[in-house]
Amino acid sequence: MFSAARHTALRQARTCLRTSGPPAITSQYATAYRLLSTLAVLEQRESKLNMSSLAAVTAGMKLGGSVTGFVAGSNIKAVAEEAAKVEGLEKVIYVENGAYDKGLPENYAPLLVENIKKGGFTHVFAGHSAFGKNLMPRVAAMLDTQQISDITGIESEDTFVRPIYAGNAILTVQIADPIKIITVRGTAFASGEAQGGSASVEEGVDPKVECPTEWVSEDLAKSDRPDLATASKVVSGGRGLKSKEEFDRLMPPLADALGAAIGASRAAVDSGFADNSLQVGQTGKNVAPQLYLCAGISGAIQHLAGMKDSKVIACINKDGDAPIFQVADVGLVGDLFERVPELTEKLKAQ
Amino acid sequence: MSGLRILVPVKRVIDYAVKPRVNKAQTAVETNGVKHSMNPFDELSIEEAVRMRERKLPVEDILVFSAGPAKAQDILRTAMAMGADRGIHVVVEPGKDPQGGEKGDLEPLGVAKLLQKVVQEEKRNMVILGKQSIDDDAMQTGQMLAGLLNWPQACSASKVEVDGENVTVTREVDGGVETLRAKLPIIITTDLRLHEPRYASLPNIMKAKKKPLVKKTMEDYGVDSARRLRTVKVQEPAPRQGGGKVEDVDGMIAKLKDLGAL
Repeated sequence: MFSAARHTALRQARTCLRTSGPPAITSQYATAYRLLSTLAVLEQRESKLNMSSLAAVTAGMKLGGSVTGFVAGSNIKAVAEEAAKVEGLEKVIYVENGAYDKGLPENYAPLLVENIKKGGFTHVFAGHSAFGKNLMPRVAAMLDTQQISDITGIESEDTFVRPIYAGNAILTVQIADPIKIITVRGTAFASGEAQGGSASVEEGVDPKVECPTEWVSEDLAKSDRPDLATASKVVSGGRGLKSKEEFDRLMPPLADALGAAIGASRAAVDSGFADNSLQVGQTGKNVAPQLYLCAGISGAIQHLAGMKDSKVIACINKDGDAPIFQVADVGLVGDLFERVPELTEKLKAQ
Repeated sequence: MSGLRILVPVKRVIDYAVKPRVNKAQTAVETNGVKHSMNPFDELSIEEAVRMRERKLPVEDILVFSAGPAKAQDILRTAMAMGADRGIHVVVEPGKDPQGGEKGDLEPLGVAKLLQKVVQEEKRNMVILGKQSIDDDAMQTGQMLAGLLNWPQACSASKVEVDGENVTVTREVDGGVETLRAKLPIIITTDLRLHEPRYASLPNIMKAKKKPLVKKTMEDYGVDSARRLRTVKVQEPAPRQGGGKVEDVDGMIAKLKDLGAL
């Protein structure tokens, strides 16, 4: 896993010798290449570290070389101290400024660009979350580099693996750009607990760019259940549930019996059975829990894109020919209005 | 109050309902003889632009743009049948990189640089893009364009309101929605929740044939769009074995226990 870093010098020499290849890497970057160093952009919310953003740290560790964390916002020192405990981080750079609290890319991107240049980082990782998706391409364009989105694997310091076509094909790409801007799929780079590390904490540079965008408000679905993207168990409902009333009657008790998060198909979301933020699929969330249990979902390719990396897939559907049965480890052909309550009762009784 | 001069970039992609197949050489997804259509998110971009005009906002014109093979013209005509006023088509044949680099489609950075030129030449003050194309799934072009132009960006929009110079956008984020406000000019990318795109009616399709469509080349824009990424390989994902069916709920619980999922 760490051998990638060792071959770096050799590969660099080869890259320089190649004349016909993509834009030649100038010698000023050669040093940076040898000193493979990663910046992991961490998310925070109301001065609390977002644990799922630690996937960026995991990716940096897989790559080898040093990993530095980055946080910005108000009351950020505490977040930086918390991040310093994350295993694998050598240093945490923090920028104390309330202007970065909402992660608006108009001022956050220049902030990152300044700190990437100052730190001479070769790789910048962030989670492929709403925050990362919004911010990182802007950063990449400012640095004139082609970003690589939503990676699921690292082959070497310049070669990465990512799904395309809703996960129906797996692409391996090589990049010659000196700074590599990459977003990582959280479920492919699971992060450990934030403990055991002892990183140094250091203040970063703050270009204080004026932000033309005003953050007005937010409306987040509140839930005591585990977070959908990182839950170890997910129960998910589709069009087969027929109405919001049935969705609310059947799915939450099943989720509670399993300690699971609740997801939904696009059909269920579009029909108003469930909130948008619960959508699993190509255009919604990607999940890869230990158990993905779905009811009334046929298994369209856009939905499978978001859940087929789950360890165990179970489904209940009355149509035995539904595509979901082709990927399910456990399939039950039956009426979900009878089977789901029965399953819920029997799981509770365990 | 200045009028809205809207640019809507559209992309021709393999139809969303087609299951993509990787070619034998493992270099790309097979596109020959496969049904193509407009990227679904781009349909939403046009829909939003057309609705702005229908909402009596001062829309000066709606320009659709595509960079791609000759057949991308069909996509531009569809967009004009939906209500766009005119089109620009930069002809890029797959496998023929004008820069003499590697074969393949333009990358988001190259497209963003191209769009930057179009925005400047055509004096646009609003660009509405799809949040992602369903082939590359990169989700980058809009944000990159915003970065190059140094404009505000509002990505994954599910609601857009324009009041004079002020644009208020509700965007889909993890766990819910957030609302942002910025002044023109602005980059917006659309989420599925924004609208239900209309179908182009036959009379409108006929009318669209008469709307101006300008053909251009990469050289006209003088943009460095050389690919930065080299495709090492494209593979089918590891197939999943369906584990077969169980008879009843007890069987399901027993099997889930066997598999260690409970």
